[in-house]
Amino acid sequence: MEFEFKLEGGNFSRAGAASSEVKKLLKQLNVNPTVIKRIVIALYEAEVNVVAHAWEGVMHVTFDSQAIRVVVADKGPGIPDIGLAMQEGYSTASPEVREMGFGAGMGLPNMKKNCDTLDIQSEVGVGTTVTMITALQ
Amino acid sequence: MTPEDIIQLLDAHCVCGEEFLGHNVRYAFAADLMSDVLRVDTSEMLLITGMANLQVIRTAEMSDISFILFVRGKAVTPEMEELARENGMVLLTCPQSMFKVCGELYKAGLQPIY
Repeated sequence: MEFEFKLEGGNFSRAGAASSEVKKLLKQLNVNPTVIKRIVIALYEAEVNVVAHAWEGVMHVTFDSQAIRVVVADKGPGIPDIGLAMQEGYSTASPEVREMGFGAGMGLPNMKKNCDTLDIQSEVGVGTTVTMITALQ
Repeated sequence: MTPEDIIQLLDAHCVCGEEFLGHNVRYAFAADLMSDVLRVDTSEMLLITGMANLQVIRTAEMSDISFILFVRGKAVTPEMEELARENGMVLLTCPQSMFKVCGELYKAGLQPIY
């Protein structure tokens, strides 16, 4: 199955709506709740990152009975140093994002923790593409 | 402990989720930082927070947290309540400070997760 959700940079009132839809889909498929929680937390972190940092993005979700593959691609400022961004506590979030309770530099490490494989490709001034794959069993 | 016990103990107000007031709550985690909440992996847990916005409810939804207590009289918006109802959550509010609430609930038997 294949789904696509549009993400809007800066719009915190919609942040999480796409992850919520994916959660509902996985519940309908009777996926183990522990696995669902891992997947949606990683998705939500990625979704919040797009809303917090980028101008717009797309969440592309494909899954079969074995695994879920999510590609979150945004148009935005990009990440100059991915290794640095993966370090816990490193953040470039704005004060507005921090006021929402995010931007503590824990999102990317938490995404890595909550998926089986994480790949991040980024080009400064163009955007970032995050690919996460997690087994459903 | 149940959400009903928490209401009695703190004279808290139930915003929504009245039908779940008899459910069991064993643990509590207090945070205003949602990034911290997203790293918690515990069930039967109450989130105590002074942060009141829609992303608190979204964070709880993703983290399978069904009980939230807003301290310092923070107002729950209609959008927050609607999303919480959709997800079968109990939302409570109380006027006390985070410190006092944590002390009272710890004394009454709620357990920390770390």
